[in-house]
Amino acid sequence: MGDEILRMSNIHKVFDALTVLQDINLSVHHGEVVSIIGPSGSGKSTLLRCATFLEKIDGGEIVYMGKTAAYTENSGKIVYAGKAQMKEIKHYFGLVFQQFNLFPHYSVLKNVMDAPVTVLGRDKKEVEAEARVLLGKMGLADKADSYPCNLSGGQQQRVAIARALAMKPEVLFFDEPTSALDPELTIEVLKIIRQLAEEKMTMVIVTHEMSFARAVSNRVIFMDGGVIVEEGDPEDVFGNPQQERTKQFLKSYKE
Amino acid sequence: MTFPTMLQTMGSGMLKTILLFVLTLAGSIPLGMVVVFLKKSKFKPIAWITEIYIAIMRGTPLMLQLLVWYFGPYYIFGLSIRGYKFPALLIGFIMNYAAYFAEIYRSGIDSMPVGQYEAAEILGYSKVRTFFKIILPQVIKRILPAITNEVITLVKDTSLASALAYAEVFSLAKQISASQTSFLPFVVAGVFYFVANYVVAGIMKRIEKSMQYYK
Ligand SMILES: Nc1ncnc2c1ncn2[C@@H]1O[C@H](COP(=O)(O)OP(=O)(O)O)[C@@H](O)[C@H]1O
Ligand SMILES: [Mg+2]
Repeated sequence: MGDEILRMSNIHKVFDALTVLQDINLSVHHGEVVSIIGPSGSGKSTLLRCATFLEKIDGGEIVYMGKTAAYTENSGKIVYAGKAQMKEIKHYFGLVFQQFNLFPHYSVLKNVMDAPVTVLGRDKKEVEAEARVLLGKMGLADKADSYPCNLSGGQQQRVAIARALAMKPEVLFFDEPTSALDPELTIEVLKIIRQLAEEKMTMVIVTHEMSFARAVSNRVIFMDGGVIVEEGDPEDVFGNPQQERTKQFLKSYKE
Repeated sequence: MTFPTMLQTMGSGMLKTILLFVLTLAGSIPLGMVVVFLKKSKFKPIAWITEIYIAIMRGTPLMLQLLVWYFGPYYIFGLSIRGYKFPALLIGFIMNYAAYFAEIYRSGIDSMPVGQYEAAEILGYSKVRTFFKIILPQVIKRILPAITNEVITLVKDTSLASALAYAEVFSLAKQISASQTSFLPFVVAGVFYFVANYVVAGIMKRIEKSMQYYK
């Protein structure tokens, strides 16, 4: 196994009075593909949102590449890293949303190029060359000058993946990347993710595509009610689940 | 008075109307943005004061506001109002229109999906950059029809400057009509406002078109 990219320890998250994440431990190593499955409302999105700092944790510790992003003091107070360290840490990950969230006023190429150029301050020509290679990989070489509104959902999601990859993250998170797509469009997006897995891209994927998760991941996590119920090799979790709740959940998918 | 002399006299009024119109927009369009930021301020007293300001601007007649801006300094502080007419008009119009623009901006900003902010944040855009590069361009496109309405209303509202006997088109039309016992000045004024609005609407439509390359 490669170096540890992300470690989340004893993560707690509460919305008002509702405990949404309880004592979650998640460690992701270089080149690993981790799938997170579970019923809707089980806290999968919240976990990704805590990992990407879109939500603040209420307890626990988050470490990226050995750098502490957040920890809990003895008093229970959560402390996040300072601005400079946080900025650095934020470059370690990317996130692909269920709803794509492309910038509609930017062309496909600009969607992919803008952050590396304006945020990282990289050379425009160099970034453009990389962006075109990425779009080619996504099967979108001829769409560089199109606008998101003229693309299918599957194409939009592939642009979103290219946009995330252009920042060269250490780990890429996916929150139900195909849930907004028709079955045919789902297939083309899953194909891309599978290709990334073959290239040893580190990924954490929340998905309802069970056969995909089984085929592509090194590890599967089943969440329910804000806790990790079962975790392990996909063949074990899917083929021989140990927990009653896992069995029930997987059965509901077979029907 | 011959028709050409009348036209010439009213022409000077037209210039004044246009000047008032242009300066009001130049002041209130950016000021409206400042007002939104103040209203969204985390420091509550500022947010409340801004809210009260907007409520007053929208809840009282603009004509009354113009009179207050003009005579207020005199009655309250005993200041001379000599030469203060145009500044008073400008302040009155800008303060009033800034409040309306602020409400339009606010509704536009509030209509933006949170996913745009989140995508920008994940990519590392700063808050300021997110606002100016990602949010504002889309907000402008969304609010342009409402802005157009407001701008067209302003063309007509400039006639309220006649409350301070400022010599813009409408005041002049009234004056000349009374002194010449002629209906013609009103026709000229009417044509002027109509044409002005036609031009404004045309320009706004062109701007809207230029943003139609995306949905
Ligand atoms: N911003 C929020 N405020 C309050 N409750 C929330 C918020 N976001 C999520 N929740 C609640 O947290 C729980 C887990 O949600 P989520 O992480 O979206 O689940 P999943 O992605 O597994 O479907 C749900 O009960 C949801 O209603
Ligand atoms: Mg979810």
